[in-house]
Amino acid sequence: MKTNDLILQTVTKVAAFVIILFSLSIFLGGHYSPGGGFVGGLMTSSAIILLLLAYDLKTVAGILPVDYKLFIASGLLLSVLTASGSLLFGVPLMTHAFTYVDLPLLGHISLHTAVLFDLGVYLVVVGVTMTIIQTIGESE
Amino acid sequence: MFSIIIQIALICISLSMLGLVYRLIKGPSTPDRVVALDAIGINLIALIALLSISLDTSAYLEAILLLAIVSFIGTTAFSKFLEKEDIIEHDRNL
Repeated sequence: MKTNDLILQTVTKVAAFVIILFSLSIFLGGHYSPGGGFVGGLMTSSAIILLLLAYDLKTVAGILPVDYKLFIASGLLLSVLTASGSLLFGVPLMTHAFTYVDLPLLGHISLHTAVLFDLGVYLVVVGVTMTIIQTIGESE
Repeated sequence: MFSIIIQIALICISLSMLGLVYRLIKGPSTPDRVVALDAIGINLIALIALLSISLDTSAYLEAILLLAIVSFIGTTAFSKFLEKEDIIEHDRNL
């Protein structure tokens, strides 16, 4: 019997974007409110999992043509580079720095190198979760 | 006065969750258990909201939204397993 997933697919088209926006919100707000790279990465991968549930592996691979193993590698590289970049300035490993800048659209905000480290965590979490789910989903 | 109202609401939600746990254990068929689990998730959201009022903090608001999303995805995955025996298909149009 061929089933029809029209309601699930229509809900997914709206909900996936809301989940991705929420994950970006808790990723960027991790310094001042609960959240951070780990929960943000898990929410992003759960949005992709919702797409996988409503559609299939082939369609989602067409929407997001990325290799998630590269996410793990680039996230680890970003974290290592951020941690060891402080050695260039003659300070101990993993020393973070921040500064206040005036950006044209965003106003007076502080830019912190911990965000780059957190971005590495985010990429590793998305990569590991999606690699596990896809590997289990593909096996017959 | 207000904290008493919150505590009464907390007790009512807990009793409602107890009834749902009974349905979860006793439920004759699997769909009964899935619906009970979904409703437990919704009650957990209400519990966290009441707790964040009673503790006078807004730090739990992210947890509420997160639990709603995760509960929806979990119920969807269970429903798809019951319907198709295959949660993530390789090619839908085959």
